[in-house]
Amino acid sequence: MRNFIALGLILMCNASWAQNWEDRQQFNATDATTTLRIISSTDTNLFAPLIEAFVAQNPDVAIEYLVTGTADIDTRFRKTPKAFDIAISSAMDLQLKLTNDGYALPLKGVSHPAWAQWRQSLFGFTSEPAAIVINRAAFKGLPIPQSRQELIEALRARPDVFRNRVGTYDVRQSGLGYLFATQDARAFETFWRLMEVMGGLDVRLYCCSGDMIDDLIDGKIAVAYNVLGSYAQARAESQNVIKIILPSDFPTTMMRTALVSRSSQEPQAAERFIQFLVAYQSNPIESTRLLPPLNATENGVERATIALEPALMTFLDTLKRNNFLYEWENALIQN
Amino acid sequence: MADLSVSGSLRNRLALTLIGGAAVLAILLFFAVRNYAVQVAQQGQNDILQASVTSILDAAVIRNNKVELDLPYSAFSMLATPADDQVFYAILQDGIHISGYDDLVFSAGVSGGNSVFETGKMRGVTIRKISASKTLIGANQRIEIQIVLAQTQDALSDTLDQISRNAAVLGIGFFALAAALSFWASSATIGQLGKLTSSVTRRGPQDLSPFSKPVPREMAPLVTSLNSLMGRLEQSLSQSEDFIAEAAHRVRTPLATVRSYAEATLQRVNKEENREAMRSMIKAIDESSRAAGQLLDHAMITFRADHLERQELDLVALTKELVLRLTPIADMKDLSLTLQGDSVVPYSGDFVLIQNAVRNLIDNAMKYSPAEGSIQVIVSASPSPQITVCDRGPGFPNDEIETLTARFQRGTNATNTIGSGLGLTIARDVAAAHGGKITLTNVQEGGACVTLSL
Repeated sequence: MRNFIALGLILMCNASWAQNWEDRQQFNATDATTTLRIISSTDTNLFAPLIEAFVAQNPDVAIEYLVTGTADIDTRFRKTPKAFDIAISSAMDLQLKLTNDGYALPLKGVSHPAWAQWRQSLFGFTSEPAAIVINRAAFKGLPIPQSRQELIEALRARPDVFRNRVGTYDVRQSGLGYLFATQDARAFETFWRLMEVMGGLDVRLYCCSGDMIDDLIDGKIAVAYNVLGSYAQARAESQNVIKIILPSDFPTTMMRTALVSRSSQEPQAAERFIQFLVAYQSNPIESTRLLPPLNATENGVERATIALEPALMTFLDTLKRNNFLYEWENALIQN
Repeated sequence: MADLSVSGSLRNRLALTLIGGAAVLAILLFFAVRNYAVQVAQQGQNDILQASVTSILDAAVIRNNKVELDLPYSAFSMLATPADDQVFYAILQDGIHISGYDDLVFSAGVSGGNSVFETGKMRGVTIRKISASKTLIGANQRIEIQIVLAQTQDALSDTLDQISRNAAVLGIGFFALAAALSFWASSATIGQLGKLTSSVTRRGPQDLSPFSKPVPREMAPLVTSLNSLMGRLEQSLSQSEDFIAEAAHRVRTPLATVRSYAEATLQRVNKEENREAMRSMIKAIDESSRAAGQLLDHAMITFRADHLERQELDLVALTKELVLRLTPIADMKDLSLTLQGDSVVPYSGDFVLIQNAVRNLIDNAMKYSPAEGSIQVIVSASPSPQITVCDRGPGFPNDEIETLTARFQRGTNATNTIGSGLGLTIARDVAAAHGGKITLTNVQEGGACVTLSL
């Protein structure tokens, strides 16, 4: 595994820097004296208002915003921690392990509640539940499932409708998908049954939330499981086509997290950015914000937010991960 | 007291010793508490690491001749600390690393099923490591599984910092309290000495009785010595008083006898040259007698001035009595002696001394007055109680007016008059003993005045 990663990294480094980014954008390139390189898994359009607000306040700082997948962030960051100032990812477990392994710089100047930060180095700044998103057309005239159990029953009731029209993350590619799946497996006892059912329906596997929602809006799939509600919400124009369901039994809620590289060339500017980020995301009345705010409670009820603690590293253990992927493949890939 | 050589202070020495002891105790207390806290905190971390590693080992099984280790979520969950300590682990199969951190090494060997602890460094931070192993027995093999689990010590050092701070506050509080108690205790102890000192100071000049108030045992030898010293002092004082009285008696009585023989012989001899010799002899005897008297007076005054016995008296009454007593002598010399001034001048002073001084002044005046001269004694209460004696004599030589009061000093114009030169000295000493002085002045129309201001 390790050798494989190393080989992959060598190949990647031989290739040009520009390649392999899902997106790459420069903010405030003209007047700035320092440049912060942010590697992130968050789509640029969701993050742009925040960055624009930051550079408006800090005209001396330019931002190079690089988008890639969560697993890729982990790999690239470990390979060249000097190449990035800030890592932002929705894969809390990978981010926590980066911090645990000493890649993150402790920031004394950031004040953040204890439950949303780890080692004063890793800062959660959104609260985003994993949602079941359905295409309204597929459930026309039928009750909409409100929990995982009801979803299992609905899928079983009409296998012909849902065959090849159910989607979820490919946990082998997506760090966030792996985080959601492992947390589900830990906390939700019917998770494997749901996987079996989805596997029986020839589930489609996706790398990213965006693609899954695209297919859902197009009607290619009728149900997407463990999609980020925030991404679905952002497609405002499609709200009459799709419906976001937060499972009533246990909505797994994750935090997007940010850390500053210990090898950062611009630690002061990076700390300023993190300060701005957590303030912006904690402000209850921030009108330009597209990302969901950091919030411990949802409508007064405490959220089941995945805790930032060393236990997140459990499923990253090689043996444990191999075991989990073996089970997952067994359940989902049946042909 | 100012001349006493003072070296160090008992109270400071006592207080410093006590405070020094308290400081040592406070520091010992601090380190004892801290050391104990280190042990307790380290034990707490050891226990959690032990529980975690046990739960991991429990999850190791052999399935299909292959080791499977389904890491329990709770194993790391229980390692969460308020300081967000880092966690490292390594899983080894027969000594070969199969999962976890391959840079986590455990140097001490593991024996049997016991777990071993070790403190070391990894990635620049101090970590506490535990190693435990378990032998898995499969169908036809034995596999040794070793788990090394490590945790940083941030929470531990936070706890220790907090305990250290509390222990420091405790130590400082203890020290402050002990220091205050030390000051109080040393003051209270030395206070006993102060009490004794003030009771010595408060005593009257004649009070040489032994101290009878109870004193602490440690001070008993001092008080005993003091009492014995005062006993001896009292004895020697009364001896010297006796000596003065005895000397006065021994000197004056034979002189009086000699004088009366000389007087009688003068009546019997007719030869003018012999009579002249006898007169000279009588004059010399008078001079000796007077000098002896004044010497004794002066000795007595020197003694009494140190132990002034003040009493309420009226200077006018005192002077009047003297004037009455001396009038017959003045009459013999054809001198007139008059008393003037205020009717009553109350004063608190030593009766014997003042009377002695005034008598010497009048004596002097009579001695230097020409025949049929007048001597005025004026007593007045203002500006201060004072007695002035004026005569019509030759007056004081102007250039000697400052030095005449010195002992045995006589005016250059007085060589023909009988005198020892002690009269003014006695008056001056008496005035000084009462906090006053004497003033010598010459009168314009002839004569001199001596003022005794008290």
